[in-house]
Amino acid sequence: MPIIEPKEFFVDPSRCIGCNACVQACSECDTHKGYSMIQLDFIDHTVSPQTAPMVCMHCDSPTCAEVCPADAIKRTEEGTVQTAKKPRCIACNNCVLACPFGVPKMNTGMHLMMKCDMCYDRTSVGKKPMCASVCPSQALYFGTRHEIEKLRPNSRFISSFQFGEQLITTRVNMLIPHDSDINHLDVATAIHEGAIGNDIFSNIWISS
Amino acid sequence: MPAPESTSEHFFQSFGPHASKATGARLDPGSVPDRAVNTHCCFCGQQCGITLLVKDETVIGFEPRYDFPFNQGKLCPKGVKRYLQGAHQDRLLHAYERYLESPDGFRVTSYNEAIQRVAEAINRIQAEHGPQAFAVLTGASLTIEKAYLMGKFARVCLKTPYIDYNGRLCMVSAGAANKKALGIDRAANPMSDVLSAEVVWISGANIAECAPITTDYVWQARERGARVIVVDPRITPIARTCDLFLPVKPGRDIALFNGILQLMIENDWLDHEFIRDHTTGFEQLAASVQEWTPAHTAEVTGITEKAIRQAAEWWGTAKTSFLMHARGIEHHSHGVQNCLGAINIVLASGRIGREGCGYATITGQANGQGGREHGQKCDQLPGARDLSNPEHRAHVAAVWGVPPESLPEPGVDAYEIFRKIDKGEIKGLLSICFNPVISLPDNNFVRRMLEKLDFYVAIDFFLSETARYANVVLPGSLQEEDEGIITSTEGRVIKINPAVKSPGEARQDWRIIQDIAHALERPHGFTFESPREILNELRAASKGGIADYSGITYEKIEKQMGVFWPCPSDDHTGTPRLFEKGSWNPIAKGNGPFYFPDGRAHFVVAPYSPPTEVTDAEYPLILTTGRVVSHFLSGEQTRRIGPLLDQCPDPYIELHPELAARLGLADGDWATAESRRGSTTLRVKVVRSIRPDTIFIPYHWGGRKSANQLTIAAQDPISKIPEYKVCAARLRKAESDHAHN
Repeated sequence: MPIIEPKEFFVDPSRCIGCNACVQACSECDTHKGYSMIQLDFIDHTVSPQTAPMVCMHCDSPTCAEVCPADAIKRTEEGTVQTAKKPRCIACNNCVLACPFGVPKMNTGMHLMMKCDMCYDRTSVGKKPMCASVCPSQALYFGTRHEIEKLRPNSRFISSFQFGEQLITTRVNMLIPHDSDINHLDVATAIHEGAIGNDIFSNIWISS
Repeated sequence: MPAPESTSEHFFQSFGPHASKATGARLDPGSVPDRAVNTHCCFCGQQCGITLLVKDETVIGFEPRYDFPFNQGKLCPKGVKRYLQGAHQDRLLHAYERYLESPDGFRVTSYNEAIQRVAEAINRIQAEHGPQAFAVLTGASLTIEKAYLMGKFARVCLKTPYIDYNGRLCMVSAGAANKKALGIDRAANPMSDVLSAEVVWISGANIAECAPITTDYVWQARERGARVIVVDPRITPIARTCDLFLPVKPGRDIALFNGILQLMIENDWLDHEFIRDHTTGFEQLAASVQEWTPAHTAEVTGITEKAIRQAAEWWGTAKTSFLMHARGIEHHSHGVQNCLGAINIVLASGRIGREGCGYATITGQANGQGGREHGQKCDQLPGARDLSNPEHRAHVAAVWGVPPESLPEPGVDAYEIFRKIDKGEIKGLLSICFNPVISLPDNNFVRRMLEKLDFYVAIDFFLSETARYANVVLPGSLQEEDEGIITSTEGRVIKINPAVKSPGEARQDWRIIQDIAHALERPHGFTFESPREILNELRAASKGGIADYSGITYEKIEKQMGVFWPCPSDDHTGTPRLFEKGSWNPIAKGNGPFYFPDGRAHFVVAPYSPPTEVTDAEYPLILTTGRVVSHFLSGEQTRRIGPLLDQCPDPYIELHPELAARLGLADGDWATAESRRGSTTLRVKVVRSIRPDTIFIPYHWGGRKSANQLTIAAQDPISKIPEYKVCAARLRKAESDHAHN
């Protein structure tokens, strides 16, 4: 009997076109209806149209859960880090401040930390999450490792991230150029790198 | 007549625009839909498959439709939130008539009385001034059944030559060029051909914002090794990481294409066999582009010689390729020439009509393709037939059961209809699916013309900026309230399925048109009971024409996930790719793959001319206009959908930091952009992604925020498309936004 390969989440920010379809679709998922749990960052709109989507990376050892004094943040067996449990969450904001990716959001009206749960009601029954379903450029992709390797021959994926002294491994994968020799993304260093992309002047003809 | 003051609180209470939010069953995670309807998005020409979820006769949400081959579940933000246009507080639930004493300017009237009033006005105007004194304006978001019916209504019921549609602002340059060069006006390939192209050339198409789903096709081609070349005055999101970006000066695209062709000739990057066997006119064309040396091309286009040479080499030496363009090269007073230039470099490469070798214009509106085929254009009959061709007139007249001589002669384009109002030749107007107060250039003129009309009836589902000028407003239907077919950007005919019934006294548009015909006591040919009956007549009317739909049925569309036209018989499965070697078409009759009697494609000389209005000391900047991803066309629907409005609540002026520094402007400052025709005061967005000689304003808004107050009503002499993409403007710092409130 063939082993069914699990579906995983892959993010390729280089494909992102900043359309916000993910943000708009996120709030349509029944687990967090009305609230969008995804962040679309415009890196620096003056410098470049570059954008990057930020979903929860679903850490193997989630910092948000580690710092929660009320033990309100649970990770499912398959590794989905969920929104805080309602009776337990004390809205202390520890998780919001501690998450190195800046994912959890405090819903002040509900006194509850909410975060991307990879559309748990969908993924737990074999459906794709909303954001990766609709993403027009497929910067957000949900499928098997086999599928992504076939679809993206110019990329490979990594799932470890360095924040200063903290090395974090995650369930969500980040696509990087295939020939890149890094094994983890040093996020703290990259923060100071500028936006990239074509420069309008590189090919403008200017009368001499 | 003059419109009521749209900024009054009374007007806003009655007609909005209010921004809808998800509430009630739409927000409740426990809502169980009564049914799920497989259909398509109501917005752009991509026509993404979507499943609408319905509860208590309201669309409460959506589910991605993974099974539809074009988008496989993908949607842009407009598609995601499109469900919020239904059950909207601004929805017109009754007929209205203008009533000066009413605080909002209108009063509710019964549907039947409104229809009677419309019929009386048409009868009066036509009796006094002749049938041609009443005009019809339609749109390319209508289904093919409705578009077909509108053409028939104008010619058979109203007997007026004056009908035209808003595709005039959209697809006509590409259409005219395609007909001149290839003999047929349709995207030559399905989008799947992009995937195996070695070079993808994108000219004047903001794909990431205006045709977002196509992005994945482009990126996927690149995964397989394709090089992507983007030509645009702005680094749009798809241009950010393309392999070669050519920052063309607005209005100079034909110079670039001619320069590329000259380099192809010089380096012998030509498919001689294809040119010899399948084309005519190459020698003349080759002679005409000799002057386009790289140096001359660089000077005119504003692109470096090096980049031009690189583009020519990649294009010239590729084995497979796909060239696509959109309004960026089409919205010009020489839009047809620009498109011909694009086609010339495709034909010279011989890369068309086979897998991975394609050419397409990207349609803007939902039915941008199908809406331009079946007779709502001023010179056209169904099946892409020609209103001035006696054989074509005879065929369609026979289907319609009228004498051929009773059909009017060709009319004039949409903008010319307004000029005829100015001249007093047109006194009455019916409009549907067209919002010219926002979408036509120099729209202060358009407003004055609407005020001048003796009688204007608008069919709409919201009270649009244009419908405000109407004497009578009839409540029409949303896309999800009717069924019918649409032809997507690929040439794929798809089926819109009804999800809900029209609320209140609102009616399906085809019923309203038939009700008017009956009230006029001219019911002949307007007794259809369903869109299916209309389609059946259209199938006969299009039979034997270039746009042959005679083999297309709702059942075949459902079974095949769409049918690419031409589909000339019941047992035909459709034609995804045009111009394949050995293919048959009704014009060439086996002589070749192109739609001319000799089966050959035509190289057409496409001389360069500058834009109608060039910059000068008084107006030193180039203004170009376009769209943003969260809004659609005149914004009539998307500005009423809260989450889409939140994404982009207001228009802005985009400009380069160098220009901003010169004018003393910082990001977020207020500035006034002016042209010889009008001005607008908006916040500036300072971006390094635009040419320093160019400013950009998105056009989806009305009133004092409208970009089309500034644009020029210059038109292409062949296609009559307006020159939205370039006019001369100036910019100065404004103290505040007081000018626009």
